[in-house]
Amino acid sequence: MGKNKLGLAAAAGLTASLALGSAYSEPVEDKLVIDGREMTTWTEAPADHPFDELISGWHYRTDETRALEADSFENPGMLYVERGEEIWNAVDGAAGKSCASCHQDASETMAGVGASYPKWNEAAGKPYNLELQINECRVEQMQAEPYKFDAPEQVALATFIKHQSLGEPVEIDLAEGDMQKWWERGKDRYYLRTGQLNMACATCHEDYNGRYIRADHLSQGNVNGFPTYRLNTGGMVSLHNRFRGCIRDTRAEFPAAFSDDLMALEVYVTWRGQGLSVETPAVRQ
Amino acid sequence: MSNAKPRIKVPKTASKDEVITIKTLISHEMESGQRKDKDGNTIPRKIINRFTCTFNGQEVFSCDLDPAIAANPYFEFSAKVPESGTFTFEWVDDDGSVYSDKAEIEVS
Repeated sequence: MGKNKLGLAAAAGLTASLALGSAYSEPVEDKLVIDGREMTTWTEAPADHPFDELISGWHYRTDETRALEADSFENPGMLYVERGEEIWNAVDGAAGKSCASCHQDASETMAGVGASYPKWNEAAGKPYNLELQINECRVEQMQAEPYKFDAPEQVALATFIKHQSLGEPVEIDLAEGDMQKWWERGKDRYYLRTGQLNMACATCHEDYNGRYIRADHLSQGNVNGFPTYRLNTGGMVSLHNRFRGCIRDTRAEFPAAFSDDLMALEVYVTWRGQGLSVETPAVRQ
Repeated sequence: MSNAKPRIKVPKTASKDEVITIKTLISHEMESGQRKDKDGNTIPRKIINRFTCTFNGQEVFSCDLDPAIAANPYFEFSAKVPESGTFTFEWVDDDGSVYSDKAEIEVS
């Protein structure tokens, strides 16, 4: 009896591990239309790209999660866009200015801007993302305190600014300054295996994308929807927060937000998703 | 998000006795009272515990909310509109604050 039971258990275990090994499913074919505007979420990759096709993480999510992003009323990320708009118009700092004092109406002045970050910053000698640019404006123009990493105001304002590029294709300029060097450094980081689990970004998002890691359908890891509303935490998640979370999950030491390592990675992964529409605020699980 | 801000979606016009769809969303952290902070102290419960919608003073929809409900609660429900009037929405917070909003509808 006991022997039989063991044999059965072993057989069942084998079946389960086989099923696990082959748990692959295609991203869902669907069209993302937000407020009547069709988003580019699935497109041909450029010739020098590791993938043939670029697919937004939206296609890897459940019907319910996809529907949530498609409806700009139901999308909880829109609450943070509204909060960001308040911050945009709020005076802060010794200079008595708000973002709007210089940049006026964001729907005009910021249209398409978020789609082209990170950008080369000559004075700093490094690429700047939206968050660093916001902080520079705060210090130089507004004479206000820079936001600490992931301060709620920073996340809301970055979400609001990026949202002004909704539907615009992600496109960054690697010809500026040393961007190419940073791209290469980011690429090295992308393929670098780290941590006790010895995993690189590429392990999940290139080698195994489309497969399942426990209940999570692995996407290509494109960043066109950041900052993203995560149902998991019930709040917005910034890109560097996500980077750190991923690296932490491989049980590695994770670099500081906006450190050179992560800025290089941002340049590289943004390049990987060029041509996909900005979806901010995207909704993910 | 600390400041609760409601969003509502109600059609501006409808025909008599039409069944319309109403959507509401409010920003709220819905702190469950089950979590602990860095020092191990319980973070006190702070949720929206009641939601009501009335039309010209008559209740259309209401419900109690419990701590397991996620942040930024969303409601979608239907209502039959016999006449022009005003929908009033109220969310009651644990701390006694009431967040409210209104929407007019014209029935032809």
